[in-house]
Amino acid sequence: MRAQGVLLALALPLWLAAVPFSAPAASAASDWAGVDEKVVEKFAHEAGRPPREPLIDTDRGDLLLFVFLVAGALGGFIAGYCYRALFPPRGGKKG
Amino acid sequence: MHISEGILPPLWAGLWFAVAAPFVWLGLREVRRRSGTSPHFKVLTGLVGAAVFVISCMPIPVPFTGTTSHPCGTGLAAVIVGPAVTTVIAAIALLLQALFLAHGGLTTLGANIVSMGVVGAYAGWLVFAGLRRAGFGMVVAAGAAGLVSDWATYAATSGELAAALHGGATIAATFSAIALAFLPTQVPLGVLEAVVSGAAMKFLLARRPEFVGEPPAGPI
Repeated sequence: MRAQGVLLALALPLWLAAVPFSAPAASAASDWAGVDEKVVEKFAHEAGRPPREPLIDTDRGDLLLFVFLVAGALGGFIAGYCYRALFPPRGGKKG
Repeated sequence: MHISEGILPPLWAGLWFAVAAPFVWLGLREVRRRSGTSPHFKVLTGLVGAAVFVISCMPIPVPFTGTTSHPCGTGLAAVIVGPAVTTVIAAIALLLQALFLAHGGLTTLGANIVSMGVVGAYAGWLVFAGLRRAGFGMVVAAGAAGLVSDWATYAATSGELAAALHGGATIAATFSAIALAFLPTQVPLGVLEAVVSGAAMKFLLARRPEFVGEPPAGPI
């Protein structure tokens, strides 16, 4: 059980540590492109059905930042408002 | 696994909406049923939904392949709230991603719900339930659910793309080519999702064991 815990604790740091060491191979290959682009869209292009522009394109200027800001503020407010329902006190105590 | 706007022909896009619809309906019915018995269930579903939304659009660099990909989170979600509710969660997360992040598309929403919200959720939940009944611990079973749901989601996406875009080649050959292209990135990422799912389960068992129960014998 202890070994399992150590493994879980080390997995993420080890993963992150490996990323910079693999940079030379990675930069030659693809500059960290996502698989959605590298696989899905590549096959779609080859099949003659390239992706269309999204209906709402938020990737313009600071628009995406604004969307994240609004969503973060709204989500944070709702999570705070529902805090007691999300994390009720143990043993049913109020506090 | 997000299939972008316009990639699928209209007929295929419509077909995947038709496949997804009954699962979403089943999930909505399950949310209503469980909300009636537990006042905290809707809030817990919202919290799990937020986690799935973030996890499923978070690009993670995969060392030595030079690509990034995202886990799905639906395996862990299915373990916590059940696969039917996870389908609803995935549908909402994918809709928001399609609307505001250009991640996936509205016309391809049905296909993306089927791969991530139906195949991913049910595959993960079945593995979790099977391993628990075979006597494995909660952490190992949750980790395996994360792994299998991740790989099943990408396999489903490969199938959806192959069915619609195989052209002159056979569907099996196109499926193999797409699945093989996913493999170098998704094999390590699936392992990472297993570790994260196992760690999340370990945390929940230690801090909030009431959030994670045994797989229900009755409705899902």
